[in-house]
Amino acid sequence: MRYLPKSPTEREEMLGAIGAESIDELFSSIPERFRLREALKLPGPFSEAEVIQYFKERATENSFGYTSFLGAGVYNHLRSVVTDAIIQRGEFLTSYTPYQAEISQGTLQAIFEFQTLMCQLTGQQVANASMWDGSTATTEAVLMAERVTGRTRVLVARSLHPEYRDVLKTYAKNSGLQVEEIPYAADGTLDEKSLQSAIRDDVAAVVVQSPNFFGAIEPVAALADLVHISGALLVVSITEGVSLGLVKPPAEADIVAMEGQSFGLAPSYGGPFVGVLASRDKFVRQMPGRLAGQTIDTEGRRGFVLTLATREQHIRREKATSNICTNQALCALAATVHLTLLGKEGLREMAQQNLSKAQFALAELTKIPGVKRKFAAPFFNEFTVELPRSARIVNGELLREKIVGPLPLGPSYPELTKNALVCVTETTTRADIERLASAVRHALEQPVQ
Amino acid sequence: MAYPAKYRYTKQHEWVDVNGDVATIGITDYAQHELGDVVFAELPKVGTKVEAGKSFGTVESVKAVSEIYAPVSGEVTEVNSELQNTPEKINSDPHGSAWLIKVRLANPAEVKGLMDAAAYEAFIAEADKSKEASA
Amino acid sequence: MTGTLVNKKIKKASRHTNQNEGLIFEKSSPGKRAFELPPLDVPSTDPAKALGANFRSEGIEGFPEVSEIEVLRHFTRLSTWNYAIDLGMYPLGSCTMKYNPRVNEFVARLDGIATEHPLQPQQLSQGCLKILRLLEQCLLEITGMDTITLQPAAGAQGELTGLLLIRAYLEKQGNARKKVLIPDSAHGTNPATAVIAGYQVENIKSESHGQIDVEKLRELVTEDVAALMITNPSTLGIFEERIPEIADILHAKGALLYMDGANMNALAGVTRPGDLGVDVMHLNLHKTFSTPHGGGGPGAGPVAMKKILEPFRPVPILVEREGGRLALESVRPYSIGKVKAFSGNFGVLVRALAYILAYGPGIRQATEDAVLNANYIRKHLEGVYDLPYSLPSMHEVVFSDAIQKKNGVNTMDIAKRLIDYGFHPYTTAFPLIVAGALMIEPTESESKEECDLFIDAMRSIAEEAAATPEIVKTAPHTTRVRRLDEVGAARNPILRWDPSRPEKTPAQKKHDVAEAKHREATPVTPTA
Repeated sequence: MRYLPKSPTEREEMLGAIGAESIDELFSSIPERFRLREALKLPGPFSEAEVIQYFKERATENSFGYTSFLGAGVYNHLRSVVTDAIIQRGEFLTSYTPYQAEISQGTLQAIFEFQTLMCQLTGQQVANASMWDGSTATTEAVLMAERVTGRTRVLVARSLHPEYRDVLKTYAKNSGLQVEEIPYAADGTLDEKSLQSAIRDDVAAVVVQSPNFFGAIEPVAALADLVHISGALLVVSITEGVSLGLVKPPAEADIVAMEGQSFGLAPSYGGPFVGVLASRDKFVRQMPGRLAGQTIDTEGRRGFVLTLATREQHIRREKATSNICTNQALCALAATVHLTLLGKEGLREMAQQNLSKAQFALAELTKIPGVKRKFAAPFFNEFTVELPRSARIVNGELLREKIVGPLPLGPSYPELTKNALVCVTETTTRADIERLASAVRHALEQPVQ
Repeated sequence: MAYPAKYRYTKQHEWVDVNGDVATIGITDYAQHELGDVVFAELPKVGTKVEAGKSFGTVESVKAVSEIYAPVSGEVTEVNSELQNTPEKINSDPHGSAWLIKVRLANPAEVKGLMDAAAYEAFIAEADKSKEASA
Repeated sequence: MTGTLVNKKIKKASRHTNQNEGLIFEKSSPGKRAFELPPLDVPSTDPAKALGANFRSEGIEGFPEVSEIEVLRHFTRLSTWNYAIDLGMYPLGSCTMKYNPRVNEFVARLDGIATEHPLQPQQLSQGCLKILRLLEQCLLEITGMDTITLQPAAGAQGELTGLLLIRAYLEKQGNARKKVLIPDSAHGTNPATAVIAGYQVENIKSESHGQIDVEKLRELVTEDVAALMITNPSTLGIFEERIPEIADILHAKGALLYMDGANMNALAGVTRPGDLGVDVMHLNLHKTFSTPHGGGGPGAGPVAMKKILEPFRPVPILVEREGGRLALESVRPYSIGKVKAFSGNFGVLVRALAYILAYGPGIRQATEDAVLNANYIRKHLEGVYDLPYSLPSMHEVVFSDAIQKKNGVNTMDIAKRLIDYGFHPYTTAFPLIVAGALMIEPTESESKEECDLFIDAMRSIAEEAAATPEIVKTAPHTTRVRRLDEVGAARNPILRWDPSRPEKTPAQKKHDVAEAKHREATPVTPTA
């Protein structure tokens, strides 16, 4: 087998050196009755070409040839081939967690740069080396707020991504947290009146997403003031990081939990992505996850190490700030390379294209009789439209035109069955948008079934 | 380093210095030596109630965390804020300027149950012997 | 340390000129660009108008501005400072640092695989769903369990999922119970996870051979105990022979057996945890199933279970409908809920399936070679290093530094000296039940030649520890940076580049003063 660097002779020699008659002897500590006598029933073995063939066939059974207007937490953005050229280098791809700092300076310096970029983007003071994704980062942010405040009530915007809310619920059930939802207002942002009446001095965190699931940008600074009066922490979750190229960062938030998939990671049917957790210096000892810190060696050279490790599971065990061990290091590296390539101007320009194309899409769609903009709040590259009929049915028509239409909101928001979330990025062409508008117009002209 | 005769000691390597109804608490030279270079001390806020035998904070080195147990019960009246910026004092002056907290005693009789300097020195000598034996 | 550089015993590595590189922010200069976008094909929107008070007019302060070649050089230079599996063995116990096949990378990047959106219509995702389905079937065949979830993002999340499944099952029976038993040899994620799952941790001491103390277990298992978390083989690399008995003890009291599958590399194709009485277990795809570590992740931690736990599986669940169509369903009344958005780390799952397909039924050979390598190394280091537990090793072996300690050399020192010999260190100071542990797992990816080089290196270091311990205690000597000040890093954490920060930290200033004094005291005499 091509992955095994042993010849039959070598195996014999090694068994001889050990003093064993056969390899079975080395498994004698497994009771006989549990040792498999037959080979497992698995497909293969496949040569390299057959492995490729298998996946190429699967690749033809997906969405090839369709134009998509989906966002909702996973975004299609331009990615430079340079990123792959770097993360495919064996020294990055096949290296271990940088516990042995002297031979991991490449990884450690890259993490330090990642942490820096995340602070610069989010307006926070410290960021960790990554969490698994935006949904678990948001959950960890809430658990962190619980540790910091000692309180157990959590107020969560209903306009936080439905899957993120589900993940939070799963974790909250077992940590004694009471999670309550705060509705959205008519303009799509958080209903401040509801927040005001719900918030008391027993709240650990208020969680909002910005831009939120409907695409609406939340008034973070104003919310922070409200939240801080009660001594609670404001957690801001961000699913579309490219927005930070043009949208003010949530610097007034206490903890930011961001999904970094937009920074150079393929959609890849939902993962692996990269979670970002950023906060104030004063909360750093309550942060979960790894942290790379700058230091010097015995000869005064600058170097980097994993630090403040006493927060983590391998030292603190049952009292750790989290159970996280493996994180998303290679994905964080990809994001670091990607953002370094884009740079200050590139990210701003990418954001500018997203903003402009989304505005164009809104204009084209609202020209169609019966199609309205649902929420008045400013948006970045996602917005909600209201249709004169069920969004799911309209999408069924769009599929015939090989268009994957905007996400129908009905399944997650039963009161919004006629609404859909349109996402447009710099990869969406003008022609695509015009084709969408024309297809929607055509679909709405069909009589209702 | 000498163990001050005036202090009393616990099996978990804390010392306590009683003056009137206020007790000053720290960790011993033996403890700091076991821990290695101290990087951080997590201490309770003023007003917190501590209970004899129960943990009231932690002292951290790079690779380990040690709980600190209260030798006596009472209410925290002072916390050594210098340790925030210079935790290394715990290594260099554990019996003096690196005191951790001061506590108003709830039950002064508790002090009687603690070891004096001679008993503590004998205790750690035993501990060292059994460590060498198992090595 | 002149001896070290011409040391003939160091065969695997030599010194070489290696590029320096600063932080990317230090190379930044306004106006430089590394990436250009195609031109905008719609009217440009005024962001101030569209966003109002939300507009980030000041831009992103400090964000890098460099050219493409500078980015490429920057990260290429950084990469050359790392050790990696592609360069040689990682003898890290319990990490299973095996070869990361490149075809896995290729297939994960295919158009039609990397491009798919998790929320797209399921009829347009049949290819992805078939991949998930086949992986599920393969992992069930390997583990001997009844059903599985591919959702968890890593081993630790798999552990949490497993414990939440146990909790949900017991709750449905009427009592979630309070405690989880964990051996003192367990990986730190085990107790950390138990607490997050809402359980109290009760540690169970290992017996004299490093195994689970079955008699003690009998005493400890009450109706207050939800589960025992076992690692098998144990973190000492030793098979828990009494595992069927252990399962019986737990089951008799209505408790369950959770297995940490980190050491599956000793079992795949040879035995199946499901047959041994395990109720639920997680797998680390980035260990046994070859997906790359990438400097610390991503991984994946699927959880396989017996059918009693099936109703509680996290959503979405993969089902087969009429006509063979696959679908993901999220309506499950007893499910523990979602543990992560979307469908797990799909790209990692693709790589694991590619690995399994390459081996097929021959996967047993990998396991046999892994165990062969570990035992070969053990045989040649026994007597040179202290072996605290003498039961047969499977895919990993644990020594201790007891012999070398006599000269003041500990496991960390030996590990650092191993770096000079061209290897990554083994796992130091774990498991906790062995003082001064050296935990070695070569995996099946190492040739006899690499194993011999490793053995020679370890033997040579043992000789050095006896004859010239200082060389070992101050290692490494040949790396770009020497031992780093971890104490300073923790006392005064510097966790980001910050141009406003003073140039040098107190530790650096102290060092400069010392160095200046040293230079004054020892003027360099020019050689003729």
